Amino acid sequence: MAATIEVRDLSHTYSVGTPFQHDAIRHLNFTIEKGEFLGIIGHTGSGKSTLIQHLNGLLKPTSGDVLLEGESIWKDKQTTRSARFRVGLVFQYPEYQLFEETVYKDISFGPKNMGLDAEEIRRRVLRAASFAGVDPNVLDKSPFDLSGGQKRRVAIAGVIAMEPEIVIFDEPTAGLDPAGCASLLENIRSYREATGATVVMISHSMDDVAALADRLLVLNDGAMEMLGTPSQIFAQAERLREIGLSVPQVTSLFIRLHELGLNVDPATYTQASALQQLLSFKGGAAHA
Amino acid sequence: MLKDITLGQYFPGNTIIHRLDPRAKLLIVFVYIVALFLCKWLISYAIAFAFLTAAIILSRIRLKALFKGLKPLLIIIIFTALINLFYSDGRVLVEFWIFHITYEGIWNAFFLVLRIMLLVTGTFLLTYTTSPIALTDGLESLLSPLKKLHFPVHELAMMMSIALRFIPTLIEETDKIISAQKARGADFETGNLFRRAKALIPILVPLFVSAFRRADELATAMECRCYHGGAGRTKMKVLVFRMRDVISLLIVAALLAGIIVLRHFGL
Repeated sequence: MAATIEVRDLSHTYSVGTPFQHDAIRHLNFTIEKGEFLGIIGHTGSGKSTLIQHLNGLLKPTSGDVLLEGESIWKDKQTTRSARFRVGLVFQYPEYQLFEETVYKDISFGPKNMGLDAEEIRRRVLRAASFAGVDPNVLDKSPFDLSGGQKRRVAIAGVIAMEPEIVIFDEPTAGLDPAGCASLLENIRSYREATGATVVMISHSMDDVAALADRLLVLNDGAMEMLGTPSQIFAQAERLREIGLSVPQVTSLFIRLHELGLNVDPATYTQASALQQLLSFKGGAAHA
Repeated sequence: MLKDITLGQYFPGNTIIHRLDPRAKLLIVFVYIVALFLCKWLISYAIAFAFLTAAIILSRIRLKALFKGLKPLLIIIIFTALINLFYSDGRVLVEFWIFHITYEGIWNAFFLVLRIMLLVTGTFLLTYTTSPIALTDGLESLLSPLKKLHFPVHELAMMMSIALRFIPTLIEETDKIISAQKARGADFETGNLFRRAKALIPILVPLFVSAFRRADELATAMECRCYHGGAGRTKMKVLVFRMRDVISLLIVAALLAGIIVLRHFGL
Protein backbone atom coordinates (compact mmCIF):
# COMPACT_ATOMS: atom_id res chain seq x y z
CA MET A 1 0.00 0.00 0.00
CA ALA A 2 1.17 3.49 -0.79
CA ALA A 3 1.78 5.86 2.09
CA THR A 4 -0.65 8.77 2.00
CA ILE A 5 0.88 10.78 4.80
CA GLU A 6 4.45 10.46 5.93
CA VAL A 7 5.52 12.09 9.17
CA ARG A 8 9.26 12.64 9.37
CA ASP A 9 11.02 13.43 12.62
CA LEU A 10 8.20 15.78 13.57
CA SER A 11 8.63 17.96 16.67
CA HIS A 12 6.62 20.90 17.92
CA THR A 13 7.45 23.28 20.76
CA TYR A 14 4.91 25.77 22.11
CA SER A 15 5.68 29.27 23.41
CA VAL A 16 9.34 29.20 22.46
CA GLY A 17 11.39 31.61 24.56
CA THR A 18 8.86 32.16 27.36
CA PRO A 19 8.61 30.54 30.79
CA PHE A 20 5.72 28.49 29.34
CA GLN A 21 7.85 26.78 26.68
CA HIS A 22 7.22 23.06 26.35
CA ASP A 23 7.63 20.29 23.80
CA ALA A 24 4.23 19.02 22.72
CA ILE A 25 5.49 16.31 20.39
CA ARG A 26 9.00 14.97 19.89
CA HIS A 27 10.62 13.27 16.91
CA LEU A 28 7.61 11.41 15.54
CA ASN A 29 8.19 9.09 12.58
CA PHE A 30 5.38 7.11 11.01
CA THR A 31 3.29 6.76 7.87
CA ILE A 32 -0.43 6.57 7.32
CA GLU A 33 -1.32 4.09 4.57
CA LYS A 34 -3.89 4.80 1.91
CA GLY A 35 -7.37 3.67 2.92
CA GLU A 36 -6.45 2.55 6.42
CA PHE A 37 -8.18 3.44 9.66
CA LEU A 38 -5.59 4.69 12.12
CA GLY A 39 -6.54 5.15 15.75
CA ILE A 40 -4.49 7.51 17.90
CA ILE A 41 -4.57 6.98 21.65
CA GLY A 42 -2.76 8.64 24.51
CA HIS A 43 -3.64 10.26 27.79
CA THR A 44 -4.61 13.93 28.05
CA GLY A 45 -1.70 16.19 27.10
CA SER A 46 0.21 13.48 25.25
CA GLY A 47 0.29 15.58 22.07
CA LYS A 48 -2.50 13.95 20.06
CA SER A 49 -4.25 17.17 19.11
CA THR A 50 -0.96 18.89 18.34
CA LEU A 51 0.01 16.01 16.08
CA ILE A 52 -3.17 16.02 13.99
CA GLN A 53 -2.97 19.77 13.45
CA HIS A 54 0.30 19.13 11.67
CA LEU A 55 -1.25 16.65 9.29
CA ASN A 56 -3.20 19.33 7.40
CA GLY A 57 -0.73 22.16 7.85
CA LEU A 58 -2.52 24.13 10.58
CA LEU A 59 0.57 24.04 12.75
CA LYS A 60 4.02 24.49 11.32
CA PRO A 61 6.51 21.95 12.65
CA THR A 62 9.28 23.31 14.87
CA SER A 63 11.41 20.70 13.15
CA GLY A 64 10.73 17.78 10.85
CA ASP A 65 8.29 17.54 7.98
CA VAL A 66 4.92 16.19 6.88
CA LEU A 67 4.64 14.67 3.41
CA LEU A 68 1.36 14.23 1.60
CA GLU A 69 1.70 11.73 -1.26
CA GLY A 70 5.45 12.18 -1.10
CA GLU A 71 5.36 15.97 -1.25
CA SER A 72 6.03 18.29 1.69
CA ILE A 73 2.88 20.21 2.58
CA TRP A 74 5.12 23.18 3.39
CA LYS A 75 6.63 23.35 -0.10
CA ASP A 76 4.76 26.58 -0.89
CA LYS A 77 1.61 28.43 0.14
CA GLN A 78 -0.49 26.76 -2.54
CA THR A 79 0.47 23.27 -1.38
CA THR A 80 -0.33 24.12 2.23
CA ARG A 81 -3.72 25.46 1.28
CA SER A 82 -4.57 22.46 -0.88
CA ALA A 83 -3.48 20.18 1.98
CA ARG A 84 -6.28 21.73 4.04
CA PHE A 85 -8.81 20.50 1.49
CA ARG A 86 -7.23 17.10 0.95
CA VAL A 87 -6.90 16.39 4.65
CA GLY A 88 -10.18 17.14 6.44
CA LEU A 89 -9.89 17.82 10.14
CA VAL A 90 -12.84 17.55 12.51
CA PHE A 91 -11.88 19.20 15.78
CA GLN A 92 -13.01 18.27 19.24
CA TYR A 93 -16.47 19.68 19.95
CA PRO A 94 -16.79 20.87 16.35
CA GLU A 95 -20.33 22.13 17.00
CA TYR A 96 -18.85 25.31 18.51
CA GLN A 97 -17.61 26.38 15.09
CA LEU A 98 -21.00 26.66 13.40
CA PHE A 99 -21.75 30.21 12.33
CA GLU A 100 -24.05 30.39 9.29
CA GLU A 101 -27.74 31.22 9.21
CA THR A 102 -28.75 27.83 7.93
CA VAL A 103 -27.39 24.32 8.20
CA TYR A 104 -27.09 24.14 4.41
CA LYS A 105 -24.94 27.28 4.26
CA ASP A 106 -22.73 26.09 7.06
CA ILE A 107 -22.02 22.74 5.43
CA SER A 108 -21.28 24.52 2.13
CA PHE A 109 -18.65 26.81 3.71
CA GLY A 110 -15.80 24.39 2.98
CA PRO A 111 -16.80 23.56 -0.64
CA LYS A 112 -17.38 27.28 -1.28
CA ASN A 113 -13.84 28.05 -0.13
CA MET A 114 -12.66 25.46 -2.64
CA GLY A 115 -14.21 27.59 -5.37
CA LEU A 116 -16.70 24.98 -6.64
CA ASP A 117 -19.82 25.89 -8.60
CA ALA A 118 -23.29 25.95 -7.03
CA GLU A 119 -24.39 22.65 -8.56
CA GLU A 120 -21.35 20.76 -7.28
CA ILE A 121 -21.68 22.42 -3.87
CA ARG A 122 -25.30 21.29 -3.68
CA ARG A 123 -24.38 17.72 -4.56
CA ARG A 124 -21.62 17.65 -1.96
CA VAL A 125 -23.71 19.20 0.81
CA LEU A 126 -26.52 16.68 0.34
CA ARG A 127 -24.09 13.78 0.13
CA ALA A 128 -22.14 14.92 3.23
CA ALA A 129 -25.35 15.54 5.17
CA SER A 130 -26.54 12.02 4.46
CA PHE A 131 -23.16 10.49 5.39
CA ALA A 132 -23.03 12.41 8.66
CA GLY A 133 -26.62 11.52 9.47
CA VAL A 134 -27.99 15.05 9.28
CA ASP A 135 -31.78 15.01 8.92
CA PRO A 136 -32.51 16.55 5.45
CA ASN A 137 -35.43 18.47 7.00
CA VAL A 138 -33.10 20.65 9.07
CA LEU A 139 -31.01 21.91 6.16
CA ASP A 140 -32.93 25.19 6.04
CA LYS A 141 -33.02 25.66 9.80
CA SER A 142 -30.56 27.66 11.88
CA PRO A 143 -27.80 25.40 13.21
CA PHE A 144 -28.20 27.07 16.61
CA ASP A 145 -31.70 25.61 17.01
CA LEU A 146 -30.48 22.01 16.79
CA SER A 147 -29.66 19.62 19.60
CA GLY A 148 -26.02 19.11 20.58
CA GLY A 149 -25.76 15.78 18.76
CA GLN A 150 -27.32 17.15 15.57
CA LYS A 151 -25.02 20.20 15.68
CA ARG A 152 -22.02 17.91 15.81
CA ARG A 153 -23.27 15.97 12.79
CA VAL A 154 -23.68 19.24 10.90
CA ALA A 155 -20.10 20.23 11.78
CA ILE A 156 -18.80 16.84 10.65
CA ALA A 157 -20.77 17.16 7.41
CA GLY A 158 -19.08 20.54 6.92
CA VAL A 159 -15.71 18.80 6.76
CA ILE A 160 -16.84 15.75 4.79
CA ALA A 161 -18.42 18.06 2.19
CA MET A 162 -14.92 19.00 1.04
CA GLU A 163 -14.57 15.32 0.10
CA PRO A 164 -11.08 15.01 1.56
CA GLU A 165 -8.95 11.96 0.83
CA ILE A 166 -8.11 11.73 4.51
CA VAL A 167 -10.47 12.60 7.35
CA ILE A 168 -9.16 13.15 10.85
CA PHE A 169 -11.53 13.06 13.81
CA ASP A 170 -10.47 14.42 17.20
CA GLU A 171 -12.60 12.58 19.74
CA PRO A 172 -15.76 12.68 17.65
CA THR A 173 -17.92 11.09 20.34
CA ALA A 174 -16.85 13.21 23.33
CA GLY A 175 -19.87 14.26 25.36
CA LEU A 176 -22.41 12.22 23.38
CA ASP A 177 -24.78 9.70 24.98
CA PRO A 178 -24.07 5.99 24.32
CA ALA A 179 -26.69 5.70 21.58
CA GLY A 180 -25.36 8.87 19.92
CA CYS A 181 -21.77 7.54 20.13
CA ALA A 182 -22.69 4.23 18.57
CA SER A 183 -24.64 5.77 15.72
CA LEU A 184 -21.95 8.38 14.98
CA LEU A 185 -19.24 5.71 14.86
CA GLU A 186 -21.46 3.68 12.57
CA ASN A 187 -21.74 6.73 10.30
CA ILE A 188 -17.95 7.09 10.23
CA ARG A 189 -17.55 3.39 9.44
CA SER A 190 -20.06 3.41 6.59
CA TYR A 191 -18.61 6.67 5.22
CA ARG A 192 -15.24 5.02 5.00
CA GLU A 193 -16.68 1.93 3.39
CA ALA A 194 -18.53 3.96 0.76
CA THR A 195 -15.71 6.35 -0.15
CA GLY A 196 -12.56 4.39 0.65
CA ALA A 197 -11.24 7.46 2.47
CA THR A 198 -8.33 7.18 4.87
CA VAL A 199 -9.54 7.85 8.41
CA VAL A 200 -7.56 8.92 11.46
CA MET A 201 -9.38 9.02 14.77
CA ILE A 202 -8.30 10.16 18.20
CA SER A 203 -10.25 8.50 20.95
CA HIS A 204 -10.20 7.96 24.67
CA SER A 205 -12.38 4.91 24.29
CA MET A 206 -10.29 1.78 23.78
CA ASP A 207 -13.46 -0.09 22.86
CA ASP A 208 -14.17 2.32 20.00
CA VAL A 209 -10.70 2.18 18.47
CA ALA A 210 -10.57 -1.59 18.97
CA ALA A 211 -13.78 -1.98 17.01
CA LEU A 212 -12.80 0.34 14.16
CA ALA A 213 -9.06 0.79 13.70
CA ASP A 214 -6.71 -1.20 11.47
CA ARG A 215 -3.69 0.16 13.28
CA LEU A 216 -3.13 2.07 16.49
CA LEU A 217 -0.62 4.78 17.32
CA VAL A 218 0.07 5.21 21.03
CA LEU A 219 1.47 8.55 22.17
CA ASN A 220 3.02 9.08 25.56
CA ASP A 221 4.28 12.48 26.66
CA GLY A 222 4.77 13.68 23.09
CA ALA A 223 6.73 10.65 21.91
CA MET A 224 5.60 7.60 20.00
CA GLU A 225 5.20 4.71 22.41
CA MET A 226 3.80 2.00 20.11
CA LEU A 227 2.50 1.57 16.60
CA GLY A 228 0.83 -1.59 15.37
CA THR A 229 -2.31 -3.58 14.90
CA PRO A 230 -4.81 -3.58 17.78
CA SER A 231 -3.83 -7.13 18.71
CA GLN A 232 -0.14 -6.13 18.91
CA ILE A 233 -0.99 -3.07 20.98
CA PHE A 234 -3.48 -4.64 23.34
CA ALA A 235 -1.09 -7.53 23.98
CA GLN A 236 0.96 -4.96 25.94
CA ALA A 237 -1.74 -4.26 28.51
CA GLU A 238 0.80 -3.81 31.29
CA ARG A 239 2.66 -1.02 29.49
CA LEU A 240 -0.59 0.66 28.43
CA ARG A 241 -1.69 0.85 32.06
CA GLU A 242 1.69 2.30 33.04
CA ILE A 243 1.20 5.24 30.71
CA GLY A 244 -2.30 5.94 31.95
CA LEU A 245 -4.26 4.07 29.31
CA SER A 246 -6.32 0.93 29.45
CA VAL A 247 -7.42 -1.93 27.20
CA PRO A 248 -10.91 -2.63 25.84
CA GLN A 249 -13.29 -4.15 28.35
CA VAL A 250 -13.34 -7.43 26.49
CA THR A 251 -9.53 -7.54 26.64
CA SER A 252 -9.54 -6.99 30.41
CA LEU A 253 -11.94 -9.87 30.71
CA PHE A 254 -9.80 -12.16 28.59
CA ILE A 255 -6.60 -11.20 30.41
CA ARG A 256 -8.33 -12.22 33.64
CA LEU A 257 -9.57 -15.48 32.09
CA HIS A 258 -6.05 -16.17 30.88
CA GLU A 259 -4.69 -15.54 34.40
CA LEU A 260 -7.23 -17.99 35.75
CA GLY A 261 -5.63 -20.63 33.57
CA LEU A 262 -8.06 -20.78 30.67
CA ASN A 263 -6.58 -21.35 27.24
CA VAL A 264 -7.65 -18.03 25.68
CA ASP A 265 -5.80 -15.26 23.86
CA PRO A 266 -5.20 -12.42 26.36
CA ALA A 267 -4.93 -9.93 23.47
CA THR A 268 -8.48 -10.55 22.29
CA TYR A 269 -10.02 -7.20 21.46
CA THR A 270 -13.10 -7.79 19.32
CA GLN A 271 -16.35 -9.17 20.55
CA ALA A 272 -16.57 -11.49 17.54
CA SER A 273 -13.26 -13.17 18.33
CA ALA A 274 -14.16 -13.29 22.03
CA LEU A 275 -17.41 -15.02 21.24
CA GLN A 276 -15.71 -17.50 18.96
CA GLN A 277 -13.18 -18.48 21.62
CA LEU A 278 -15.84 -18.88 24.26
CA LEU A 279 -18.00 -20.96 21.94
CA SER A 280 -15.06 -23.22 21.12
CA PHE A 281 -14.81 -23.91 24.85
CA LYS A 282 -18.40 -24.95 24.92
CA GLY A 283 -17.74 -27.19 21.94
CA GLY A 284 -14.60 -28.61 23.57
CA ALA A 285 -16.45 -29.27 26.82
CA ALA A 286 -19.17 -31.13 24.94
CA HIS A 287 -16.59 -33.44 23.36
CA ALA A 288 -14.90 -34.24 26.65
CA MET B 1 0.11 32.89 17.85
CA LEU B 2 -2.47 34.66 19.97
CA LYS B 3 -1.37 32.64 22.96
CA ASP B 4 1.97 34.40 23.02
CA ILE B 5 0.48 37.77 23.93
CA THR B 6 1.95 38.77 27.26
CA LEU B 7 -0.14 41.89 27.80
CA GLY B 8 -1.46 41.93 31.34
CA GLN B 9 -0.08 38.50 32.04
CA TYR B 10 0.85 37.39 35.54
CA PHE B 11 4.16 35.65 36.20
CA PRO B 12 3.86 33.87 39.55
CA GLY B 13 6.74 34.36 41.96
CA ASN B 14 7.56 34.91 45.58
CA THR B 15 9.76 38.00 45.64
CA ILE B 16 9.25 41.04 47.84
CA ILE B 17 7.58 42.79 44.90
CA HIS B 18 5.17 39.87 44.47
CA ARG B 19 4.37 39.86 48.17
CA LEU B 20 3.62 43.57 48.50
CA ASP B 21 0.01 44.43 49.24
CA PRO B 22 -1.80 45.04 45.94
CA ARG B 23 -3.16 48.33 47.32
CA ALA B 24 0.36 49.49 48.04
CA LYS B 25 1.45 48.45 44.55
CA LEU B 26 -1.45 50.26 42.90
CA LEU B 27 -0.68 53.41 44.87
CA ILE B 28 3.04 53.12 44.10
CA VAL B 29 2.37 52.82 40.37
CA PHE B 30 -0.02 55.77 40.52
CA VAL B 31 2.46 57.96 42.38
CA TYR B 32 5.25 56.79 40.07
CA ILE B 33 3.26 57.81 36.99
CA VAL B 34 2.58 61.25 38.51
CA ALA B 35 6.30 61.56 39.30
CA LEU B 36 7.18 60.61 35.72
CA PHE B 37 5.08 63.47 34.38
CA LEU B 38 6.82 65.90 36.71
CA CYS B 39 10.30 64.91 35.56
CA LYS B 40 11.97 67.77 33.79
CA TRP B 41 15.56 66.98 32.98
CA LEU B 42 18.14 64.23 32.92
CA ILE B 43 18.68 63.88 36.67
CA SER B 44 14.98 63.37 37.42
CA TYR B 45 14.68 60.79 34.68
CA ALA B 46 17.79 59.04 35.89
CA ILE B 47 16.29 58.76 39.36
CA ALA B 48 12.97 57.45 37.98
CA PHE B 49 14.90 54.98 35.83
CA ALA B 50 16.97 53.79 38.78
CA PHE B 51 13.84 53.32 40.88
CA LEU B 52 12.19 51.13 38.23
CA THR B 53 15.40 49.18 37.59
CA ALA B 54 15.65 48.38 41.29
CA ALA B 55 12.03 47.21 41.31
CA ILE B 56 12.62 45.02 38.24
CA ILE B 57 15.71 43.45 39.78
CA LEU B 58 13.83 42.75 43.01
CA SER B 59 10.89 41.23 41.11
CA ARG B 60 13.18 38.86 39.16
CA ILE B 61 11.00 39.36 36.07
CA ARG B 62 13.06 38.59 33.01
CA LEU B 63 13.91 41.59 30.86
CA LYS B 64 12.84 39.63 27.80
CA ALA B 65 9.28 39.45 29.09
CA LEU B 66 9.23 43.21 29.72
CA PHE B 67 10.54 44.00 26.24
CA LYS B 68 7.95 41.70 24.75
CA GLY B 69 5.27 43.80 26.44
CA LEU B 70 6.77 46.95 24.90
CA LYS B 71 6.84 45.52 21.40
CA PRO B 72 3.22 46.27 20.44
CA LEU B 73 3.80 49.90 21.46
CA LEU B 74 6.88 50.27 19.30
CA ILE B 75 5.03 52.03 16.48
CA ILE B 76 3.43 54.54 18.85
CA ILE B 77 6.77 55.20 20.52
CA ILE B 78 8.58 55.73 17.22
CA PHE B 79 5.76 57.92 15.91
CA THR B 80 5.71 60.23 18.94
CA ALA B 81 9.49 60.36 18.92
CA LEU B 82 9.56 61.46 15.27
CA ILE B 83 6.81 64.06 15.79
CA ASN B 84 8.77 65.55 18.66
CA LEU B 85 12.03 65.33 16.79
CA PHE B 86 10.77 67.27 13.78
CA TYR B 87 8.29 69.69 15.30
CA SER B 88 10.03 71.28 18.26
CA ASP B 89 11.09 74.90 18.15
CA GLY B 90 14.53 75.95 19.22
CA ARG B 91 18.10 75.92 18.02
CA VAL B 92 18.14 74.33 14.57
CA LEU B 93 20.80 71.68 14.04
CA VAL B 94 19.83 70.07 10.73
CA GLU B 95 17.39 71.31 8.13
CA PHE B 96 16.06 69.71 4.95
CA TRP B 97 12.88 70.30 2.95
CA ILE B 98 10.08 70.98 5.48
CA PHE B 99 11.83 69.24 8.35
CA HIS B 100 14.13 70.83 10.85
CA ILE B 101 15.74 69.00 13.72
CA THR B 102 16.44 71.14 16.73
CA TYR B 103 18.62 70.65 19.75
CA GLU B 104 15.51 70.84 21.94
CA GLY B 105 13.67 68.44 19.65
CA ILE B 106 16.27 65.73 20.17
CA TRP B 107 15.99 66.04 23.93
CA ASN B 108 12.18 66.19 23.79
CA ALA B 109 12.00 63.06 21.68
CA PHE B 110 14.46 61.28 23.95
CA PHE B 111 12.59 62.21 27.12
CA LEU B 112 9.23 61.31 25.65
CA VAL B 113 10.39 57.87 24.58
CA LEU B 114 11.96 57.38 27.98
CA ARG B 115 8.78 58.50 29.72
CA ILE B 116 6.51 56.19 27.72
CA MET B 117 8.85 53.25 28.22
CA LEU B 118 9.15 53.83 31.97
CA LEU B 119 5.41 54.30 32.26
CA VAL B 120 4.52 51.17 30.34
CA THR B 121 7.21 49.04 31.96
CA GLY B 122 6.12 50.25 35.39
CA THR B 123 2.51 49.26 34.82
CA PHE B 124 3.57 45.97 33.27
CA LEU B 125 5.63 45.26 36.35
CA LEU B 126 2.43 45.67 38.34
CA THR B 127 0.43 43.18 36.27
CA TYR B 128 3.39 40.79 35.95
CA THR B 129 3.82 40.56 39.70
CA THR B 130 0.20 40.82 40.89
CA SER B 131 -2.41 38.19 40.14
CA PRO B 132 -5.58 39.60 38.55
CA ILE B 133 -7.58 38.62 41.61
CA ALA B 134 -5.23 40.43 44.00
CA LEU B 135 -5.31 43.41 41.68
CA THR B 136 -9.09 43.71 41.65
CA ASP B 137 -9.19 43.05 45.40
CA GLY B 138 -6.79 45.92 45.88
CA LEU B 139 -8.75 48.18 43.58
CA GLU B 140 -11.99 47.35 45.34
CA SER B 141 -10.45 48.14 48.67
CA LEU B 142 -8.94 51.40 47.45
CA LEU B 143 -12.23 52.52 45.91
CA SER B 144 -14.36 51.44 48.87
CA PRO B 145 -14.82 55.01 50.19
CA LEU B 146 -16.91 55.61 47.06
CA LYS B 147 -19.47 53.14 48.41
CA LYS B 148 -20.75 55.96 50.58
CA LEU B 149 -21.77 57.70 47.34
CA HIS B 150 -23.64 54.52 46.28
CA PHE B 151 -21.06 53.78 43.66
CA PRO B 152 -21.17 49.98 42.96
CA VAL B 153 -17.53 49.32 43.85
CA HIS B 154 -17.87 45.61 44.52
CA GLU B 155 -19.82 44.98 41.34
CA LEU B 156 -17.25 46.90 39.35
CA ALA B 157 -14.43 44.88 40.86
CA MET B 158 -16.29 41.64 40.19
CA MET B 159 -16.86 42.61 36.57
CA MET B 160 -13.20 43.46 36.24
CA SER B 161 -12.02 40.16 37.67
CA ILE B 162 -14.42 38.22 35.48
CA ALA B 163 -13.29 40.12 32.40
CA LEU B 164 -9.62 39.54 33.26
CA ARG B 165 -10.28 35.91 34.06
CA PHE B 166 -11.85 35.31 30.67
CA ILE B 167 -9.24 37.00 28.49
CA PRO B 168 -7.03 33.89 28.24
CA THR B 169 -10.08 31.65 27.85
CA LEU B 170 -11.41 33.71 24.99
CA ILE B 171 -7.99 33.93 23.36
CA GLU B 172 -7.73 30.16 23.48
CA GLU B 173 -11.24 29.85 22.11
CA THR B 174 -10.47 32.26 19.28
CA ASP B 175 -7.36 30.28 18.44
CA LYS B 176 -9.41 27.09 18.23
CA ILE B 177 -12.12 28.63 16.09
CA ILE B 178 -9.57 30.15 13.71
CA SER B 179 -7.91 26.74 13.33
CA ALA B 180 -11.24 25.03 12.75
CA GLN B 181 -12.31 27.49 10.06
CA LYS B 182 -8.88 27.34 8.47
CA ALA B 183 -9.31 23.58 8.33
CA ARG B 184 -12.39 24.27 6.22
CA GLY B 185 -10.31 26.40 3.89
CA ALA B 186 -11.15 29.82 5.33
CA ASP B 187 -8.64 32.39 4.17
CA PHE B 188 -7.89 35.36 6.40
CA GLU B 189 -4.74 36.57 4.75
CA THR B 190 -5.62 37.52 1.20
CA GLY B 191 -8.10 39.85 -0.47
CA ASN B 192 -9.00 43.48 0.03
CA LEU B 193 -10.16 45.05 3.28
CA PHE B 194 -13.82 44.26 2.64
CA ARG B 195 -13.08 40.60 1.93
CA ARG B 196 -10.92 40.32 4.99
CA ALA B 197 -13.58 41.90 7.19
CA LYS B 198 -16.10 39.44 5.79
CA ALA B 199 -13.71 36.58 6.49
CA LEU B 200 -13.97 37.45 10.19
CA ILE B 201 -17.66 36.50 10.37
CA PRO B 202 -16.93 32.75 10.69
CA ILE B 203 -14.76 33.61 13.70
CA LEU B 204 -16.86 36.27 15.40
CA VAL B 205 -20.22 34.49 15.31
CA PRO B 206 -19.03 31.32 17.09
CA LEU B 207 -16.96 33.45 19.47
CA PHE B 208 -19.98 35.53 20.51
CA VAL B 209 -22.16 32.46 20.81
CA SER B 210 -19.63 30.82 23.08
CA ALA B 211 -19.05 33.99 25.13
CA PHE B 212 -22.78 34.25 25.82
CA ARG B 213 -22.95 30.56 26.64
CA ARG B 214 -20.08 30.94 29.08
CA ALA B 215 -21.68 34.01 30.65
CA ASP B 216 -24.88 32.04 31.15
CA GLU B 217 -23.05 29.11 32.68
CA LEU B 218 -21.04 31.37 34.97
CA ALA B 219 -24.17 33.19 36.14
CA THR B 220 -25.83 29.87 36.95
CA ALA B 221 -22.73 28.64 38.77
CA MET B 222 -22.54 31.86 40.81
CA GLU B 223 -26.21 31.67 41.74
CA CYS B 224 -25.79 28.03 42.74
CA ARG B 225 -23.19 29.23 45.21
CA CYS B 226 -25.60 31.88 46.50
CA TYR B 227 -23.68 34.87 45.19
CA HIS B 228 -25.70 38.00 45.85
CA GLY B 229 -23.36 40.93 45.42
CA GLY B 230 -21.14 42.80 47.82
CA ALA B 231 -23.34 43.35 50.89
CA GLY B 232 -22.14 41.35 53.88
CA ARG B 233 -19.57 39.47 51.83
CA THR B 234 -16.36 38.46 53.60
CA LYS B 235 -13.02 37.68 52.01
CA MET B 236 -10.99 34.52 52.15
CA LYS B 237 -7.77 36.45 51.74
CA VAL B 238 -7.98 39.60 53.83
CA LEU B 239 -5.54 42.26 52.70
CA VAL B 240 -3.16 43.33 55.43
CA PHE B 241 -1.02 46.41 55.16
CA ARG B 242 2.41 45.45 56.52
CA MET B 243 5.58 47.32 57.38
CA ARG B 244 7.10 46.58 53.96
CA ASP B 245 4.08 48.20 52.31
CA VAL B 246 4.44 51.32 54.43
CA ILE B 247 8.16 51.50 53.73
CA SER B 248 7.79 51.07 50.00
CA LEU B 249 5.11 53.75 49.94
CA LEU B 250 7.43 56.05 51.86
CA ILE B 251 10.19 55.39 49.32
CA VAL B 252 7.98 56.26 46.36
CA ALA B 253 6.70 59.34 48.24
CA ALA B 254 10.32 60.40 48.71
CA LEU B 255 10.88 59.84 44.99
CA LEU B 256 7.93 62.09 44.16
CA ALA B 257 9.09 64.76 46.61
CA GLY B 258 12.63 64.60 45.23
CA ILE B 259 11.43 65.00 41.65
CA ILE B 260 9.24 67.96 42.62
CA VAL B 261 12.21 69.63 44.28
CA LEU B 262 14.45 68.91 41.25
CA ARG B 263 11.76 70.30 38.97
CA HIS B 264 11.91 73.52 40.95
CA PHE B 265 15.58 73.79 40.06
CA GLY B 266 14.89 72.88 36.45
CA LEU B 267 16.77 69.59 36.67
